[in-house]
Amino acid sequence: MLTKRIVPCLDIKNGRTVKGVNFVDLRDAGDPVELAKQYAEQGADELVFLDISATLEGRGTTLDMVLRVAEQVNIPFTVGGGISSVEHVDALLQCGADKVSINSSAVKRPELVNELSNKFGSQCVVVAIDAKQVDGQWKVHLAGGSIPTEIDLFEWAQEVEQRGAGEILFTSMNHDGTKNGFANEALSKLSETLNIPIIASGGAGNVQHFIDTFVEGKSDAALAASVFHFGEIPIPELKKELKQNNIEVRL
Amino acid sequence: MSENKDMSESSSPSGKLDGASVVIINYGAGNIKSIQFAFKRLGVDAILSNDPKVIKAADKVIFPGVGEASSAMKMLKETGLDTLIPQLKQPVLGICLGMQLLCKSSEEGNTKGLGVFQTEVKRFSNDVKVPQMGWNVIKDLRSDLFKGIKENEYMYLVHSYYAEHCNETIAKTDYGLNYASALQHNNFYGVQFHPEKSSTAGAKILENFLAL
Repeated sequence: MLTKRIVPCLDIKNGRTVKGVNFVDLRDAGDPVELAKQYAEQGADELVFLDISATLEGRGTTLDMVLRVAEQVNIPFTVGGGISSVEHVDALLQCGADKVSINSSAVKRPELVNELSNKFGSQCVVVAIDAKQVDGQWKVHLAGGSIPTEIDLFEWAQEVEQRGAGEILFTSMNHDGTKNGFANEALSKLSETLNIPIIASGGAGNVQHFIDTFVEGKSDAALAASVFHFGEIPIPELKKELKQNNIEVRL
Repeated sequence: MSENKDMSESSSPSGKLDGASVVIINYGAGNIKSIQFAFKRLGVDAILSNDPKVIKAADKVIFPGVGEASSAMKMLKETGLDTLIPQLKQPVLGICLGMQLLCKSSEEGNTKGLGVFQTEVKRFSNDVKVPQMGWNVIKDLRSDLFKGIKENEYMYLVHSYYAEHCNETIAKTDYGLNYASALQHNNFYGVQFHPEKSSTAGAKILENFLAL
């Protein structure tokens, strides 16, 4: 049976991890490669690197990092952040990234999803959607959630699926950072309306939240950052508990 | 491109493991860097090449592929690799789309395959999410390719099309239905999963392939 995936997410700036990571046994907590290797050894199923570099030089450094991750890490990984062209995606894939994640650039120019899936295949195109529930309506937000739009989450998700997205990474801004659990109602609606995998993001605080998002949210994968980076939820224990709750995971 | 340079037996230590050379067929289909890196982690410098001479001279050949079947087949035809590959005598490992292209045909783009494996490639039904993306198990293992690999080991898969089970099946996976996640015919091996991305078990399979 296809297993549910646990996906740690690392913020990268100028080729280094930021936002702080508190891992024992790490010589250099800022080195994405070392952290990625550690996560792979702990049983993470995939990794996401979110590039928050503001400059072109910073993005260049990220390409070097992607190459070093591909060289040393034996599980799949996705790179996202500021990707808006076929050329940029080509460069990332050439460096060994398995998938790319696009967000605001897809909203600004939806054809980008078609262009990327036609050229590289749906399997490497993840469309990330940040949305916030206002008066019962889920509205898509841009630029890391800072700019609201009138676009409905579910309509947008269906549109990108039709345009060739291979996967949706949905972050609920209402839940992100709260550690109160994932947006399972919206997630389960996404999972039922779409026929591509859905990655849940935003709100992970404890093991039960992961159980809930796989069972109630019908998510195919769950992404989290701080609970993993600070060792609050060790991945081996998380997966063991998921298994005990009859959720198929890779052990 | 330096990767395409001619490789004579004595000129380069690259691609050698106990004197064996590994060539990854480079026909423009998908991310082959990861495969090259996976061999490097095993201590082998696999060479990327589309040169028939280099491919024919290799001790082991990797036939990769990510993307769409009909356009990949078009690229193979343009370089004449479509006639070369089925004639290879050394162990050949098709990975993902590479394995699918070795089959008789694929529903994807209505593509005629290279016909090494006597099975057909079909699209998953919409009863399951397509693509299948993530880790699933391989079972009913029967090949030296899986020496030391336990039944129900997890492998990483990303695909929308699958090879139908046949008597060349050497591993099965269940996703809505049982399909062939690995095939073997004489010196030709094919795996639907990505050993290069399947952690230590995947690395073991690549190691086994090198030892064939």
